[in-house]
Amino acid sequence: MLDQAMWAMIWKAFGQTLTMVLWSTFFSVILGFIPAILLTLTAPDGLRPNRPFYAVLSFIVNVFRSFPFIILMVLVIPLTRAIAGKAIGTQAAIVPLTISAIPFVARVIETSFREVDPGLIEAARSFGASDSQIFLRVYLKEAFPGILAGIILTIISLVGYSAMGGAIGAGGLGDVAIRKGYQAYKIEYLIATSIVLILFVQAVQSIGNWLHNKLS
Amino acid sequence: MIEIRHLTKKFGDLTVLDDISLTIRDGEIYGIIGQSGAGKSTLLRCINGLERYDAGSILVDGQEVSALSTSSLHGLQKQMGMIFQNFNLLSRLNVFDNVALPMRFAGLNPRKPEHRRRILDLIDLVGLSDKLKSRPRELSGGQKQRVAIARALVLQPKILLCDEATSALDPSITQGILNLLTTIRNEMNITVIVVTHQMEVVTHICERVSFLKDSRLIQEGRPEELFVIPNDDFRAFLGKTDDALPKTGRNIRIFFTENTVESPLISTMARELGIDFSICRADMTDFRGQVMGSLVLNVREQDAGVVLDYLNKAHYIARED
Repeated sequence: MLDQAMWAMIWKAFGQTLTMVLWSTFFSVILGFIPAILLTLTAPDGLRPNRPFYAVLSFIVNVFRSFPFIILMVLVIPLTRAIAGKAIGTQAAIVPLTISAIPFVARVIETSFREVDPGLIEAARSFGASDSQIFLRVYLKEAFPGILAGIILTIISLVGYSAMGGAIGAGGLGDVAIRKGYQAYKIEYLIATSIVLILFVQAVQSIGNWLHNKLS
Repeated sequence: MIEIRHLTKKFGDLTVLDDISLTIRDGEIYGIIGQSGAGKSTLLRCINGLERYDAGSILVDGQEVSALSTSSLHGLQKQMGMIFQNFNLLSRLNVFDNVALPMRFAGLNPRKPEHRRRILDLIDLVGLSDKLKSRPRELSGGQKQRVAIARALVLQPKILLCDEATSALDPSITQGILNLLTTIRNEMNITVIVVTHQMEVVTHICERVSFLKDSRLIQEGRPEELFVIPNDDFRAFLGKTDDALPKTGRNIRIFFTENTVESPLISTMARELGIDFSICRADMTDFRGQVMGSLVLNVREQDAGVVLDYLNKAHYIARED
């Protein structure tokens, strides 16, 4: 009986974790692409080098990356309320999770772009390619497997962050582990949520590796 | 035709090209040679507008490269194919799509039958028809360079620029690539400009060369003119130190240029002059099928005068070494 109640609770929490992680990954990848592209273009060895712009944007990204998530979550409450219409709950947690993941995604995608062999850019330029053609047909094409690996990395690190969502009533597996497993001292909850998380992360990573190998 | 006049290029305070003037004719295979850092790759990159220059002029078919707008420059670049030391193929595209890439840049659809035919013909020309669907990582170095050559030709350029294109390849593979470049020039009548530090490239395919040293143009001419009677800079570049020659008697170096190599000079001279000598060194090189070079004789002190006289009368270039 206890088992059934426990698994029902974990199943519901897993759904909440999935909602938080997937939506915040989705939004942060879309929004993180913009600074990633700007950083790549304006880097000293980029297509449109612009030292001051690069320095400022890079600094902003670093600032956002330095915030501990639990503090960021509190700081953005007004923004969360404006976007999600409320400050607590699973949907509300997507806002701080997305904001914390954007700079991470931006760096990961920037790194993938910058790993593209500069020789390929030079070759494309020698054939009279425009900057936008180079971006779409060379950078994006060659960096794609790396970007994908970065997205997988983002999903996995968001699983970790989402565990703190309980602090703003978002639920999720981390919340179950803390309330039931830790505070109510039900060790089986702790073990069960851990197993579910481990299996989930393993599954995501395996799918990611498989895709990466298939594409690169 | 490419006319370069008083070209100067600096990177900050460093002058990488210093007052270079040269002319490259249509349809010739032209070499730009020199040590690493001499400025030869930069010169090549100035020709197709990948680098800007600070002073002087580069006219490609009468157009000043630095004066072109971005879109005109892209147009000019489409008339110049380029190949590289590291091939620079896209790892995620197969052979067909790599060759097709410049077409996409030019807004041409590679699936269109006439374009598709052109791509397939070029892949056939470079001998890779059985590798259409292969990715670059499945190919050898020589095969990758062949793909790069097909890619460089897909927009039917008038000029092919080769930047150390064989420097990363084995000697036997290099030979195949050089033959291919010669075939392409002969069949398509395009101008081929090769930047290299490899002597075999210069002697096997170049019809004229420029020798750059420390950002300056030291010498321009046919390769045999530079090699057979090298000046001090060129000797240093070839890595030739003073030859080990006998210390006794006199050493006379005879130069064999295009018209003189086939006659039996040495035995005729020995018979006619009735003197003895030893042959202590010979440097012969094959220049596009013609063998030229020099040979050093060691003669007795008292015979040196008659030997030099004899050689001069027979119109050989000879001097004491």
